[in-house]
Amino acid sequence: MYISHSSLSLLPSAPAIQIRFILIQNRAGKTRLAKWYMQFDDDEKQKLIEEVHAVVTVRDAKHTNFVEVRQKDLLDAMSFRNFKIIYRRYAGLYFCICVDVTDNNLAYLEGIHNFVEVLNEYFHNVCELDLVFNFYKVYTVVDEMFLAGEIRETSQTKVLKQLLMLQSLE
Amino acid sequence: MPAPIRLRELIRTIRTARTQAEEREMIQKECAAIRSSFREEDNTYRCRNVAKLLYMHMLGYPAHFGQLECLKLIASQKFTDKRIGYLGAMLLLDERQDVHLLMTNCIKNDLNHSTQYVQGLALCTLGCMGSSEMCRDLAGEVEKLLKTSNSYLRKKAALCAVHVIRKVPELMEMFLPATKNLLSEKNHGVLHTSVVLLTEMCERSPDMLLHFRKVWILVPQLVRILKNLIMSGYSPEHDVSGISDPFLQVRILRLLRILGRSDDDSSEAMNDILAQVATNTETSKNVGNAILYETVLTIMDIKSESGLRVLAINILGRFLLNNDKNIRYVALTSLLKTVQTDHNAVQRHRSTIVDCLKDLDVSIKRRAMELSFALVNGNNIRGMMKELLYFLDSCDPEFKADCASGVFLAAEKYAPSKRWHIDTIMRVLTTAGSYVRDDSVPNLIQLITNSVEMHAYTVQRLYKALLDDISQQPLVQVSSWCIGEYGDLLVSGQCEEEEPIQVTEDEVLDVLEGLLVSNLSTPVTRGYSLTAIMKLSTRFSSVNRIKKVVSIYGSSIDVELQQRAVEYNALFKKYDHMRPALLERMPIMEKTASNGPTEIVQTNGETEPSVPDTKHPPLVTQPANQANDLLDLLGGNDVVPVIQTTLPTKPASAGGELLDLLGDLSLSSGPAPAPSVPISQPPFLLDGLSSQPLFNDISAAIPPMTAYSKNGLKIEFTFERANPNPNIAVITIHATNTTEADMTEFVFQAAVPKTFQLQLLSPSSNMVPALNQGSVTQVIRVLNPQKQQLRMRVKLTYTHKGSPVQDLAEVNNFPPQSWQ
Repeated sequence: MYISHSSLSLLPSAPAIQIRFILIQNRAGKTRLAKWYMQFDDDEKQKLIEEVHAVVTVRDAKHTNFVEVRQKDLLDAMSFRNFKIIYRRYAGLYFCICVDVTDNNLAYLEGIHNFVEVLNEYFHNVCELDLVFNFYKVYTVVDEMFLAGEIRETSQTKVLKQLLMLQSLE
Repeated sequence: MPAPIRLRELIRTIRTARTQAEEREMIQKECAAIRSSFREEDNTYRCRNVAKLLYMHMLGYPAHFGQLECLKLIASQKFTDKRIGYLGAMLLLDERQDVHLLMTNCIKNDLNHSTQYVQGLALCTLGCMGSSEMCRDLAGEVEKLLKTSNSYLRKKAALCAVHVIRKVPELMEMFLPATKNLLSEKNHGVLHTSVVLLTEMCERSPDMLLHFRKVWILVPQLVRILKNLIMSGYSPEHDVSGISDPFLQVRILRLLRILGRSDDDSSEAMNDILAQVATNTETSKNVGNAILYETVLTIMDIKSESGLRVLAINILGRFLLNNDKNIRYVALTSLLKTVQTDHNAVQRHRSTIVDCLKDLDVSIKRRAMELSFALVNGNNIRGMMKELLYFLDSCDPEFKADCASGVFLAAEKYAPSKRWHIDTIMRVLTTAGSYVRDDSVPNLIQLITNSVEMHAYTVQRLYKALLDDISQQPLVQVSSWCIGEYGDLLVSGQCEEEEPIQVTEDEVLDVLEGLLVSNLSTPVTRGYSLTAIMKLSTRFSSVNRIKKVVSIYGSSIDVELQQRAVEYNALFKKYDHMRPALLERMPIMEKTASNGPTEIVQTNGETEPSVPDTKHPPLVTQPANQANDLLDLLGGNDVVPVIQTTLPTKPASAGGELLDLLGDLSLSSGPAPAPSVPISQPPFLLDGLSSQPLFNDISAAIPPMTAYSKNGLKIEFTFERANPNPNIAVITIHATNTTEADMTEFVFQAAVPKTFQLQLLSPSSNMVPALNQGSVTQVIRVLNPQKQQLRMRVKLTYTHKGSPVQDLAEVNNFPPQSWQ
């Protein structure tokens, strides 16, 4: 029942990773943040972004927060890439995390919420414009909480303390 | 040159652009400015320029000319420069550019920097996009940082190590000593990341896994940590809705799962804690459910005891009742995976699963449908089918095909009566007729021919359905075939099951001719109806009308129809004497092997009360009827006769005792087995089998084995492979007796698990002479279509020195070549 990660990777040569990418998009499809934990070509990245957008914006409250996507591999016509998007919508923004199909959906859902709460605290009632104008700071928050495709720090107080320290260095 | 504009300004300006073209223009202008600024090697504003460049990159514009600038920023001493530089490196650079190797030296220096934040930045970048060469070079530094006392850095170093291991698995051993100390940390963040590191190591290398299990004895340590987490009170830092550090709990559970998989000792050690987590966690919020879900996955994967498994399935059942559809989805997915192994436990939640068929979310509906089909069995078939048919009516087209084939399969396996079966199939055809698979038409036709007493009822219902709707091709095809066959029954109004309707011959012919001319009919359907009309010429009296129709189509444009019509015309004209013979009633068809052993039609329950044995699904394997066995998958599917044994040496009660034997055998878990029914074969097949020893000496001869040796009786098995079918293993037993007294009335019986079929041929004699003067031989043929490990339970009875002896034994030491 538990499939080892190495048998289900997005690209044939890449090692198996938990989180493949984190994406924040608005309803129109504009990317507010894109953090990639796996190697992709630029056009592959673009394709993935478009696909995620297409899949996630048509879903509403009566759907689950998980989507499994099968995408034809650009390089190898016979293989499909199987991955799962766990997303959550906050106002006009979709926070999407792409993980392996065998992962625990509910835990990542909590992870997204944790991340958004930190953003909220850091930017004092965050809104989309905050993310636009301070995009480099958002990346810092991401890097404080996630690293190498894994959740790194889950305590909101600790993360906020670090962020404030970093900010004082500027 | 004026100072380049600030980042904020740029963003604001770009946002004011109203069209894509305007935006592109602004960006191009700014890019040009940035490029000239880069050329000037301006240190003060480089940071700002790169930041702007990154913003434009995020919007989707090319920014690769900034890569080298990022490197320069990284090399600078200012923290802000470094920060933007590393961010730029992570966004713009990746493994495939050669430029990234230039970063290695910078990162190395930064990893040894005095400020922890710089070190942190470097670790972060390495962890996100370090290539294998970089990782190899810098692994030593990372390992050093794993041992520092600064917990901020240790966390980052641990995850960076994870990345290094992923890229360069050979470096795993290097991190081993440092990792050991990580688990004794109090800091949750460090604990979390170290669990992640351990997980990664275990997944990558089975040796490491063993090492952790045995040498470090990791499991009790993890259990202790988990226990502390649950028992400790409220800790504000890591608390999420009242549960302390759920993320850490989830990761520990996952690591426990990997450690406990296929290892009994570890699994036992974690039984208690898993039960504790499962019962104590709060389920009101998503957090609790996330932990419970991970616990369930762990329980299912390790070698847990059955009580725990039942607990896990009950948790999943509770999930199904939850309002949150996410949780229902997750539960359905897991139940689908476990339904094969823990079938009974899942059955208890059947009604909830069936309710999920009515859910709004498509993915939940699909999983509920698959699960429902997996849960159908002989007992609940009526109720389940009602729900599933209702679902078929109302579901989306994408489901209809799968649902229809599922319904057919289930109906075939478990139909309680023929009438029910036919009704169900008709219902499917009328509601989802255009979505059924092509081969269901011949299957259905065959089913109808086989249920002889239902012909009148069937043809009547089909006729009525045809009157309503002629658009669904499979339905139309089956109906026209039946009307052609049984039209006489229709017209004579002989139906017992239902109110007979009054139909005249002309009305029937009207309908069939209507099919021929209708636009909705495909060429195949037209073929069916023309043949049906022709068949009616021997059953009806109005032959002239039929002759007219047939001759009209002799000049049809469709070649197939034309050919048929011309041939039928010829039948009327020149071969009229042959017509009745050619067009008489079809004989009962034999079903050829369609999809394997599970497709054999069986009717049990209401119409065949005389065959009690077939009612028990697990007992249907062959030892109870050693002859009459289907070792090839051909054979008729007639109504099941009373089970015969043809071997003269078997007393009648032996069949009953063997049924007990089978009940005790621990049966390997396979897919839901269809009770495959033994059928009396035509005699010539059996003669063919027993007269020729079906030897096939394969180059690797299978070594003989001693299956039983006790009290002087020794039984040896020798193997051959049956020639036509490599799944059949032919075993010859040789029984010898080393005592001084003969063993008389010697009877050898054998039973095998569900997935096998067994046939015992007659033994050479029933007396084993004393002192090895001779032996009794008997041939066993075992069909092993799934190539599972062969196991057998044998029962021996004989009379020795006047007293009867009876013994049971299990034979497990079959050589692998015999069943592979």
